[in-house]
Amino acid sequence: MAPVNAVRTVAAFDNLSPLQSAPRRMSDVPPQPPAQQAGFILAGVPHAAALRLTIIDVKPGEAVCKVPFAAHLVGNPDTGVVHGGVITALLDNACGIAVGSKTGLQGRIATLDLRIDYMKPATPGEDVLAFAECYKVTRHIAFVRGVAYHTDRADPIATCAAAFMLGAAKGPSRPGGAR
Amino acid sequence: MELIKRALAEGRKPDLQALVDAIPYCRFLGIKVDRKGTELTTILRFSDKLIGNPILPALHGGVVGAFLEVTAVIQLMLEVESEDLPKPVDIGIDYLRSGRPVDTYARAIITKHGRRVCNVRAEAWQDEHTRPIAALHGHFLIKPKDGDST
Repeated sequence: MAPVNAVRTVAAFDNLSPLQSAPRRMSDVPPQPPAQQAGFILAGVPHAAALRLTIIDVKPGEAVCKVPFAAHLVGNPDTGVVHGGVITALLDNACGIAVGSKTGLQGRIATLDLRIDYMKPATPGEDVLAFAECYKVTRHIAFVRGVAYHTDRADPIATCAAAFMLGAAKGPSRPGGAR
Repeated sequence: MELIKRALAEGRKPDLQALVDAIPYCRFLGIKVDRKGTELTTILRFSDKLIGNPILPALHGGVVGAFLEVTAVIQLMLEVESEDLPKPVDIGIDYLRSGRPVDTYARAIITKHGRRVCNVRAEAWQDEHTRPIAALHGHFLIKPKDGDST
């Protein structure tokens, strides 16, 4: 099951023409089931694959993701605690999936800002999960909140609030863009 | 970290590249430190595993955030006496432009140096310093040399 879903996700990315213009109104967004499915590594996103980031659960506007503990993710070799950057990447990705599953705009959203509060260090050797909830979508912006935890969402490692630009990633030759 | 405590005991700053190399996650990302006196630039060497959006392609937002966080920590290690790696309390990241698949650079400044908490700002850029791709502001908890925990 996993490889089939993974291939489907990559194909979904391929279908997005770089020249395709972004929908102008939310009503223009075709109703789409979540393109990503639970239980497989996000093969189409190289950094997610490098972190072995797995989608545990996804429904419109909500996502649960996991990064399994790995030695190369450690931020303090004395304690074995996972680096804050891993939590950042996990929360950013979970938030992005929550926005994508609500708007059907996977691959065409961009993080505007991400604020993270670190509550406690991750426990060495334990997998880190993240739950993200897209609670408001406007014409151009989606608002998300998320929490990183081991087993209990009420005992967070970190919480985050993020805003995403919708229909942002139009293609490699964006006039006035970074190039 | 032993490396930090040894340097502090010898009354010098820790070798920042050695410090970064001692952190597995920084090695994984491919972070280098360029220190010219008190001026510090961190370098994120591009590799395919840093991509978050394969359509554009663009760097993963989490990678850019992590890189800025590391930059802030390294700057603190240069300017502040802390017995251990500074711990992030909260960070805010503004994503200003998409990160292209090339090397990225960053610098940080400490805006307030408190006894326990420091405020830091950091900016990352690629070709032109004046066109930053992301900016971070954050609070970091430091561990003063005297071990005073009040």
